[in-house]
Amino acid sequence: MNAPLLELSNVSTFYGAVQALRNVNLAVYEGEIVALIGANGAGKSTLLMTVCGNPHPRHGSVFYAGEEITGLPTYRIMRRGIAQAPEGRRIFPRMTVRENLLIGAQAGDPEAAEGQLPYVLELFPRLAERLDQRGGTLSGGEQQMLAIARALMAGPRLLLLDEPSLGLAPLVTRQIFTAIRALNQERGLTVLLVEQNAYQALRLAHRAYVLVNGMITMQGPAAELLGRPEIRAAYLEGGM
Amino acid sequence: MSAAFRDAFLSALVSLGLFGPIVGLQTVPAPGGLALRMRPVLVGVLVALVFFGRLLFLAFWQMRRAGGAKTFQPLLSAIEKAVPLRQTGRFVAPLLLLLALIWPFVVGRYYLDLGILVLTYVMLGWGLNVVVGLAGLLDLGYVAFYAVGAYSYALLAQFTGLGFWACLPISGLLAALWGITLGFPVLRLRGDYLAIVTLAFGEIIRIVLLNWVSLTGGPNGISGIPRPTLFGLSFSGDGPGTFAGFFHLEPSPIHRIVFLYYVILGLALLTNLVAIRLRRMPLGRAWEALREDEIASRSLGINITITKLTAFAVGACFGGFAGAFFATRQGFISPESFTFMESATVLAIVVLGGLGSQLGVALAAIVMIGGSELFREFADYRMLVFGLALVVMMAVRPRGLVATRRPSISLGAARAISAEMVAQGRG
Ligand SMILES: Nc1ncnc2c1ncn2[C@@H]1O[C@H](COP(=O)(O)OP(=O)(O)O)[C@@H](O)[C@H]1O
Ligand SMILES: [Mg+2]
Repeated sequence: MNAPLLELSNVSTFYGAVQALRNVNLAVYEGEIVALIGANGAGKSTLLMTVCGNPHPRHGSVFYAGEEITGLPTYRIMRRGIAQAPEGRRIFPRMTVRENLLIGAQAGDPEAAEGQLPYVLELFPRLAERLDQRGGTLSGGEQQMLAIARALMAGPRLLLLDEPSLGLAPLVTRQIFTAIRALNQERGLTVLLVEQNAYQALRLAHRAYVLVNGMITMQGPAAELLGRPEIRAAYLEGGM
Repeated sequence: MSAAFRDAFLSALVSLGLFGPIVGLQTVPAPGGLALRMRPVLVGVLVALVFFGRLLFLAFWQMRRAGGAKTFQPLLSAIEKAVPLRQTGRFVAPLLLLLALIWPFVVGRYYLDLGILVLTYVMLGWGLNVVVGLAGLLDLGYVAFYAVGAYSYALLAQFTGLGFWACLPISGLLAALWGITLGFPVLRLRGDYLAIVTLAFGEIIRIVLLNWVSLTGGPNGISGIPRPTLFGLSFSGDGPGTFAGFFHLEPSPIHRIVFLYYVILGLALLTNLVAIRLRRMPLGRAWEALREDEIASRSLGINITITKLTAFAVGACFGGFAGAFFATRQGFISPESFTFMESATVLAIVVLGGLGSQLGVALAAIVMIGGSELFREFADYRMLVFGLALVVMMAVRPRGLVATRRPSISLGAARAISAEMVAQGRG
């Protein structure tokens, strides 16, 4: 295969004295959906945030599109074509849906953003009906759609999604996962997906990594991981 | 009930401990020094007041909890219906503007001066609104930039002989520079911590002005600051080079006042225009995004450093303009004009106006500055009334006078965002 779009090489991240990531090696290739699964506090969010340079890794390097991005300020990293829908959605509650989307476009170049708006509204028609409604008045599922749509507004090559199914009804989760698959298949968007909902994530992804206490303990094709008994025991029991 | 009595008793005990020495003992001049006089009755009255006051308060609290709170709600919505701020907002702004434009021709000298004062605070409010209302950075030291602007103009005029119009942009720029200077160390701070540092910054500037006697004249201040001119026409005296002489008018001191009024009106409107325009631009959106959620803003590729520094710089720049105007209007400045009280007043205007609302800030400035000037006779009670008004305001309309925020970008009919939704936690 050719060089990965995103590569973490021996990355260790600390919060003060607490080590949250231990020598993580991870690669995401262009056009893939890669799932990152793990229990609460395993360091999944930290991994995504480390890619964005907030915090920076203490050891190791992060490469994006063949160039090293370790240590770059966050806004520079995000302007290279990486976008994140952060954990807990974090939409701007007092601003309208449209304003939320336009802020997302700020990191990309303005002309690309113009073309992006109709596209994301087509992807999430419920947002189109609520363009002038305030973000804070949306339902949880709509807020998650807005968070993803906002991230897409910059026209990224790589989308980082942090627990998009968090606190959502199964039906809404399914809608969101369908949209992610559509993005990947129709647009060739590369996705790194963090999930606690391991079953759904493994069914959607091409490949997956398992993170335990800041260390990658397993990796491989998603379908294969789905079949492994230790995965079933740790992450899937009762989680269907 | 016995719990309430115990609570009231404890309060009374604490007040006895406090009032006993503070009020109960009074030093009076006596032959050969000071003598101590006891005032047990006064202490008794105060302690009794605290005891019964506390009881009343507790009773009121109980009533509220027992559903009494709901009695306020219909009253409030009735007021809301009678004064539909949201709909009238569209007419209030143009009306206010019209009134502001014709003001000098319909009122006398006293109200003209009052108008200038109010407009100065409107401008300061709009300037601070960029920092506090839009970018969400709580700045308690805004007076520092007002002072920098005023002293910049006074010193520039003194040492270079430049006129007001040449110095105005320089004063604004210098203030903006100080805004950035303040911005750098506080980049990582938010909320309370930011407030404390900005508060200290305001005091530092004032104390430097007070102590750098060789440059600023210290507590004596700077006097003889040149008055502004209209395209080189001065407003004093008579003759070919003056306003009165050029237009063949009878020289009158009111000309200069009217001119000053329009200068500050123009400056204030400029501030408003720039703030409104910026808000629709990516920079303004970044400010609001920053106010809403710093982490999300960061993850969307917003440069937090630049965003915060520009907010401080733009806010400070307008503070500097207002300061230069203040200096030219007074003709004399001293550090006394730039105390924390000024910062607090401007911040109160912004908060009362409903954080982020341009019209609200203007109304709040009129109410607060105009109101407190009109009640000058009751000077002793002014601050008391002012404080009470603030407390009542915050209890009744926690999001400020004009607490609707129209979306800054919208197609077709925009839905106004009402304060009530925010207050109910749906924001
Ligand atoms: N801002 C922070 N400061 C200190 N420790 C943190 C911070 N964020 C996360 N951690 C710690 O790092 C570890 C990994 O957290 P996180 O990446 O949020 O896990 P996950 O997303 O997998 O639930 C946890 O032990 C958490 O307590
Ligand atoms: Mg997490």
